[in-house]
Amino acid sequence: MSSYRLTNLVLPISVVVASAVGLLVLAGTNPWDPLQLIVEGSIGWPPFEAGKSAKVGDTVMVWVPIALASAGLIVTFNAGMWNIGIEGQIIMGAIAAAFVAREVSAPRPLLVLLTILAGAVGGLLWGLLVGVLRTAGGVNEIFGGLGLDFVAISFTTYLIIDPWARTGVASTSGTDIFPDAALIPSLSDTRLSPLAIAIALLAIGGVWILFRGTLYGLKLKAVGANLRSSFLVGIPTNRYLLGAFMICGALAGIGGTVQATGFHFKLIPAISGGYGFLAILVVLLARYQAFWVIPISFFFAMIAVGSSQLDLRLDLNSALGGVLQGVLVLSAMFGLGWAAYRAKRQLQEASGGDSG
Amino acid sequence: MGLELRNIHKHFGPIRANDGISITVETGTLHGLLGENGAGKSTLMKVLSGFHSADSGEIVLDGKQIKLASPDDAIEAGIGMLHQDPLVFLPFSVIDNFVLGSPGGWRLDRRQATAEMQELCDRYGFSFDPHTPSRLLTVGERQQLEIVRLLWLGARVLILDEPTTGISADQRAKLFAALKSLSKEGMSVIFVSHKLEEVADLCERVTVMKRGKVVGEADMPVPPERLVEMMFGQTVEIRDRKEVAHGKSRLTVDSVRMATGLLSEESTSLEVNAGEVIGLAGMEGSGQDTFLRICSGMRSPKQGSVTVAGKDLTGKHYRDFLAADVKYLPAGRLEEGLIEGLTITEHFVLSGEDRSFFIDWAQARNRAVEQVDNFAIKGTEASTVESLSGGNQQRLLLAMLPHELSVLLMEHPTRGLDIESADWVWEQLLARREDGTSIVFASADLDELLRYSDRILVFFSGRVIGELDASSTNVDEIGLLIGGRSANAELSEGSH
Repeated sequence: MSSYRLTNLVLPISVVVASAVGLLVLAGTNPWDPLQLIVEGSIGWPPFEAGKSAKVGDTVMVWVPIALASAGLIVTFNAGMWNIGIEGQIIMGAIAAAFVAREVSAPRPLLVLLTILAGAVGGLLWGLLVGVLRTAGGVNEIFGGLGLDFVAISFTTYLIIDPWARTGVASTSGTDIFPDAALIPSLSDTRLSPLAIAIALLAIGGVWILFRGTLYGLKLKAVGANLRSSFLVGIPTNRYLLGAFMICGALAGIGGTVQATGFHFKLIPAISGGYGFLAILVVLLARYQAFWVIPISFFFAMIAVGSSQLDLRLDLNSALGGVLQGVLVLSAMFGLGWAAYRAKRQLQEASGGDSG
Repeated sequence: MGLELRNIHKHFGPIRANDGISITVETGTLHGLLGENGAGKSTLMKVLSGFHSADSGEIVLDGKQIKLASPDDAIEAGIGMLHQDPLVFLPFSVIDNFVLGSPGGWRLDRRQATAEMQELCDRYGFSFDPHTPSRLLTVGERQQLEIVRLLWLGARVLILDEPTTGISADQRAKLFAALKSLSKEGMSVIFVSHKLEEVADLCERVTVMKRGKVVGEADMPVPPERLVEMMFGQTVEIRDRKEVAHGKSRLTVDSVRMATGLLSEESTSLEVNAGEVIGLAGMEGSGQDTFLRICSGMRSPKQGSVTVAGKDLTGKHYRDFLAADVKYLPAGRLEEGLIEGLTITEHFVLSGEDRSFFIDWAQARNRAVEQVDNFAIKGTEASTVESLSGGNQQRLLLAMLPHELSVLLMEHPTRGLDIESADWVWEQLLARREDGTSIVFASADLDELLRYSDRILVFFSGRVIGELDASSTNVDEIGLLIGGRSANAELSEGSH
């Protein structure tokens, strides 16, 4: 994969800034206020001011599942797979963690560990299913994954309104709050959990090492780049494809655990928060580079948390945050694609000069 | 008057697909274009039909120079191309396919178009219902549809790219009859093929291409041996190679039936001894490729057995063959051998024997530098494989081969390589015989086959039509067999 070069980013960044400003002007506001509000709503203004730690905590805890899913997606993307099923893998992780949180009683450290493991296994199995459909059934991973996303979403709703319904209340607002012993430990008065941050950073570091220094990672990359040559070299390609889905599913599942036991403290219908789809965009923008996932997913977390301020303060609908996110991603992709196209053209002109 | 191609050049990166081609096709002639796969025929026809634009050169039709920037331009100029896979939109009805490419945007008169199509069909002896969905048509009928469509659009030059692949003998007869009557009416027909007998049946003049150049032209009829010689090149028979004593049996293929999709159901057997080199000759797609895939475990035979060094591996997985030190190098180096985007070092790590989880990059780089040097690869350990030339890609593939090798199976080991690289490749391959490696290779180069094989198996239409001792046979004998005539038949013909 091509690495980031700062000069390649000038064009995409200018496109992104131009379209963000354009959108906000169209929405009838000056572009500065909403941006400042998003920053203020997510990390405070001036940033990271004392006393705003609750906000920062929320933003970080949104960052954790996006970062975990992104780390997982780097693995599947390198193996040449579009793991659209990532949403379902987050959800199944959350469901598995919720099951442990509701049904198992144990001392807190053990129970927390169990919820995390359960989340990893839930996501892993859901990811494996996408892989099996693809390798054994010939079902394209995009369609298989999308189908399984819907299954997972509906399954959550079913659990919430029927077997796990709050006593006496038929509501889709979620299950009962989990017992304290199952909640991932956090700093006082905030959701900020050092354990969750550590896991996310470990996952990113692990993926970085996987593709930097291990034979397993190199083989995954080979399978993604050329399935047929890899098979002929003697790599058991199907096993590696399944492996990629399992790793990605496990990381996404842990992300789901953090959502359930560290952010909502219960299982809710939209437990994945759309962070799986967001992570796909993060990884595309990061060009499969593990390190870049950290800042890019934090940026998305800021918009997600900060845009809730918009309607209160500027009389703009907070959904504008989502629109802004979409526009930013599309314009960044356009800019990156454009830069790549120009680079290719330049290369062709340089090498094609002697053939005329 | 007619169609004239003048000095056409078309390069793809370092590959000279068309290297100064000049051909004249007189109006009203059936002109054959012969050549092995990779000779540059398809590229040339794509240039002529506006699909690719030439790097340089001129196309002159009836004395007027024409510029073809797209297939649209070609059709407007009166050049119609019938692709190997007829470009039919399967869910559409026959008549909708027929009118689809017609110029103009809005007006669609199906009734008139139907009448005109029927008239063309009647004239050339085709028949199909305009309202059937076209997916119900056979490949042959799709071709016929495509031909009447191109005629309707006003084609004056008709290009057919390997039109007889996948159609029945009956349909072929119909097609040839239609082409003959078209040429009588003044249509110029370019018939692209690698099948000698068809060109001999149909064409009045033939041009032979090889490695992007025109290597021969002749008015038909010409004896097939002459055509084979033009296609495969004249042979300078030098067998200066060192002979190696052959050891025990390494690979036994016993009465294998291949299910190639060709009609032949005859079985093939072969026994290869250690240190022996077997060459597989024949027109492209005569069964050599399938045979190699069966020997390598990529494909299971329909019947019969494959034994490697005394172990029956019939029906076993490809990786079991690998474990038995059988290695297969297909012709598509970048498609089926190397991995685009990965560096030379990474390739050596993937193919290497060190299976430890963490890669020692410093050591891997040192080893890669060493191998790049040993195998004289023009590139560095950090070069990605797609940046290498074909010759250097082949060197890398050879460098990646394991030390222990029982059987090496290769498709076109030197295709696209310059002479220096080709000689070097064979030096390496022949050296492996001394360790007892058996080599089975398919080639379209008679010189290569005669020079390096111990025995040559000639394939024709899905079966082995002859087995020859390379030291005592000659070009003429192989040429006859490749054309599908067995030596005996030739003898009895000669006695008349």
